[in-house]
Parts: sequence; C-alpha cells; structure tokens
Amino acid sequence: MIINHPILGPRDAQEFVYLGDANLINRPDGMTAGIEVFHDYLYNRDNPAGEHRELWYHEQGDRSWLVVTRNTVTHEILKVEMARDVAKAQGRSK
Amino acid sequence: MRYSGFRVIAEALTGHKGWKPVWRDPAPQAEYDYIIVGGGGHGLATAYYLAKEFKQARIAVLEKGYLGGGNVGRNTTIIRSNYLLDGNEPFYEFSLKLWEGLEQDFNYNAMVSQRGIINLIHTDAQRDAFTRRGNGMILNGADAELLNRDQVRAMYPFLNFDNARFPIKGALMQRRGGTVRHDAVAWGYARGADMRGVDLIQNCEVTGMRIENGRIRGVETSRGFIGAKKVGVAVAGSSSKVMAHAGMRLPIESHVLQAFVSEGLKPFIAGVMTFGAGHFYVSQSDKGGLVFGGDIDGYNSYAQRGNLPVIEDVAEGGMALMPAIGRARLLRTWGGIMDMSMDGSPIIDKTHVEGLYFNGGWCYGGFKATPASGWCFAHLLAKDEPHKTATAYRFDRFLKGLMIDEKGQGAQPNLH
Ligand SMILES: Cc1cc2nc3c(=O)[nH]c(=O)nc-3n(C[C@H](O)[C@H](O)[C@H](O)COP(=O)(O)OP(=O)(O)OC[C@H]3O[C@@H](n4cnc5c(N)ncnc54)[C@H](O)[C@@H]3O)c2cc1C
Repeated sequence: MIINHPILGPRDAQEFVYLGDANLINRPDGMTAGIEVFHDYLYNRDNPAGEHRELWYHEQGDRSWLVVTRNTVTHEILKVEMARDVAKAQGRSK
Repeated sequence: MRYSGFRVIAEALTGHKGWKPVWRDPAPQAEYDYIIVGGGGHGLATAYYLAKEFKQARIAVLEKGYLGGGNVGRNTTIIRSNYLLDGNEPFYEFSLKLWEGLEQDFNYNAMVSQRGIINLIHTDAQRDAFTRRGNGMILNGADAELLNRDQVRAMYPFLNFDNARFPIKGALMQRRGGTVRHDAVAWGYARGADMRGVDLIQNCEVTGMRIENGRIRGVETSRGFIGAKKVGVAVAGSSSKVMAHAGMRLPIESHVLQAFVSEGLKPFIAGVMTFGAGHFYVSQSDKGGLVFGGDIDGYNSYAQRGNLPVIEDVAEGGMALMPAIGRARLLRTWGGIMDMSMDGSPIIDKTHVEGLYFNGGWCYGGFKATPASGWCFAHLLAKDEPHKTATAYRFDRFLKGLMIDEKGQGAQPNLH
C-alpha cells in the first residue's frame, strides 16, 4: 500500500506504524468521564468492512501522525490528512 | 454410513458405487430451537456437540458461503495446549484431549498427528519465561519438556544454531502438540452433525436479526426469515459485522493473516517449530510442502489477501532460522480474516439480548480450539451457563480489568 503523505508525497506503508481507528483521537476527559465511557473508548471498535478512518504514524519518516481513510475490503486509500488538522477541526487545541 | 477399513475394501471391490453424499442439502425450515450462524470449524463443532451431548433439538447451521470456506480451511493446522495463563490453559488442554479422541468420536479421518511442537529459546530470559510456561502447562495437566541445545540439534541438525544475534539455546517442547488436516475437521463435524439431524444450510447469509422486547426471535437471511429460540454466532473475522445487527460494538478488530506453502520437499521437518526471535513457524505437510507463517499484516482488513512486506518479513524469519530453505520455491500464499480481540483471548458468552450468544475473538489461534470451543459454546447454549473451562471468556472482563493477555501487550490487537 502507498500512503500519499500530505507533506512528503507517496510513501510505502512499510514506513508507518499502524494504531487503529481514528476515533482514538477523541479520548474522553479523565476527570469527568465514567468508567463505562473509558471502557468503550479503549476496548470497543466499529471495525467496519468498507471505509475506515485510521491512525498511521510515520515512524521511519517525519514522525507525523496521519488520518488515513482506507477501504478495508479493497485496501484502497481514499484520503490522507494530518492528524493534527483533523484534531484541530474537531475543536482540540493541538 | 459408517466409515471403516472394511468399507474401503468392500467399495474397492464393487467399483466405489456405494459412496453417498456426506451430508444433505436441506432447505431452511420456518423455525429452529437453535440456529448457529457460521459454518466454520467452531459453528459446525457447536452444532455437533449440541446435537450429540446436550439436546435432541431442531438445530440449523447457517453459512453464507460453503462449509469450511473460511478460516477453518485456511489455517496452518497447528494444535497445541502450551498456554501460560489460568484463563486459557485448562481450556486449551481440554481441547487437546478432545482432539486425541476426535476421529473415533466422529468416525472420520481428520489426520490428527501428534508430531510434537517446539518453541525455540534464544536468550536466558526466554528460557526463564518458557520454564515458567512449561510449569504452568504441567500444573494444568498438559505435557511440557525443556530441551537443551543438544537435544534440539539431534532433532533438527540443520538449524542455524550459532547465528550471532539469535543463537539457539534450547526449546520448550510439547510432544502431544502437532497438526490436523483442517478441511477434514470441518467435514467430519459437518457429517457428524448432519447424521444427528442438524440442517446444514449453505449459501445463506445472515443479514439481520429480529429482536423483540430484548429477546431474539430469529434471523433475516439471504434465504428469508428463519425463526429461532436461541441463536449462537460463530463467524470469526465477520464477528463485528454480524453482531452489529444486534446493535453491539465488539472488543475486536478484523485483520488479515497470511499463510505460505513451498514446493514439495523430501521429509526433513518431523514436527512443528516456532522461531523465538522473530515471528515464524513451520511444519511439513504429508505431501512434503513446508507450511509456514508469521505475523498478521497489522492493519484492519476484510480482504482475505495480504501484502508483500509481510511475505518478505516471514521469508527473512525462515532464512534466519534455517538457511537451507533458501532455494525452495514458494507455491502458494493466501490470507484469512482474523477476529483479533483486545487481549488476544477469545469470548464465549451471552449478550444483552436474551437468547443471543457469541463465540469469537479467536485471533490466529482458533483452529486448535475448535473441539473445545464447539463443546463449550454448545454447553452455554444448552444450559445458559459457561462450561467450567471457559468461565473467563466473558465480555465484561475488559470492564472489570480481568484481561487474559498472554503476551502482555494491552489493548492493541495488531500486536497480539
Ligand atoms: C493463515 C491462517 C493460519 C492460521 N493458523 C492457525 C494455526 O496454525 N493454529 C490455530 O489454532 N489457528 C490458526 N488459525 C486461526 C483459525 O483458523 C481460526 O481462529 C478459526 O478457524 C476460526 O474459527 P472458524 O473455523 O469457526 O472460522 P471460519 O472457518 O472463518 O468460520 C466462520 C464462518 O462464518 C461464515 N459467515 C460469516 N459471516 C456470515 C453471515 N453473515 N452469515 C452466515 N455465515 C457467515 C463465514 O463464511 C465462515 O465460513 C489460522 C488462521 C489463518 C487465516
């Protein structure tokens, strides 16, 4: 698989480390969220067959985190964004 | 029809005209007492034990493709019970004992071959860990032996013992481990279930669930609605998809695992071997092909095929362990979709829907579990309480902090 890095251009997926569902960006607030919410965040997944937004870390490159939208049935990569931009668009400070 | 040596001779003398189809091809009835979703090893074993050990009931297995077309027909056929943790080891040892009596039990040649499995040791720390694991196995009634370097060398003289980075210092051996003909396991259970009246319904995909007042009423399928008092789901890599019909999100990710077979070679690997320094394991089939594999690809996938980097990685592991295979050509590779759970251990449990049960999260080790998984799932379906070897395989273990994390990797499915 080739990941089209927004800054570096097309890179082999081998240079990246995979973390999983991009919803992991939205960690609940540890001071207010209850145990059930954290349990759901940490352990449960949508795990769709089809489009999946997921976190890839460019370890052997510029060490940026990316949000890659990929089809889990065909492995086709549909969209690549900087995770920072995605987080900021969702209202996070960084 | 019972199979036996006499039967084979009698058929040979009469032109093989007496063999019959091994199972019926029934149309679905309007309602069953039990519906098992998924005609893989676990679903078929569940139906078999349900019909045989627990109840005379109306039972159906619904399979979206053909029987045995999923992981049960794609795995590398290794069976063993060399686990460490209390939640796992009694279950896997129960499974190994069932394997030992399986062929007599279901009257089918599954080629159960207890050729022995060794896990190689490369460091002192690894020897400590394997000694502990071996003791854990023995405490649970399994067999385990620690081999020194010379004992390993006597078995497999061609291994790369003096590799500068990964010298071989010994091995943990389980002599009762080995391999089983995977397809024959599906066929044997299917035949045994069919003979006991179970309807095996192929080309029948479950596309929805009818749930009323918190109770399961039946399933919507590509062949229409089928009613059921109880529904047990055992669909391996498709677990999240199917359980979503009941509104559930599971602690599971689907990942692809690849397997490999080389051209046929003269016999030189008698048992099963795992490389302890990388992820590589190998056995030799009765036809002579080396059957081997390694890590999952590592990203969510439903594709049943993997990518080249893992092939390179697995080949490197093989070469580091046994340079002699360098000239062997690869004949085939394929992939299967694994139900990777958050702690690497399975789930056999009830759900929040009354009458709906779940069996999954087998990761890449569910083949060896097939008999015990079927038995324990049948037990749960019939008696509404878990079998004594499967009490730890609950959904709520994640909420309660009771993970069964053999590898100690945490909630990171692609590392298990
Ligand atoms: C390459 C590879 C190597 C492996 N090696 C080993 C090994 O050496 N040792 C070991 O112990 N384990 C191994 N495994 C793991 C093992 O094969 C699996 O854990 C186990 O087979 C899963 O259970 P199953 O047999 O019931 O799955 P499957 O055979 O996959 O059965 C699930 C069935 O459900 C059906 N299904 C899915 N969705 C629906 C639906 N909506 N409606 C109806 N039916 C549906 C599928 O078509 C499938 O037939 C390996 C797996 C792979 C892929």
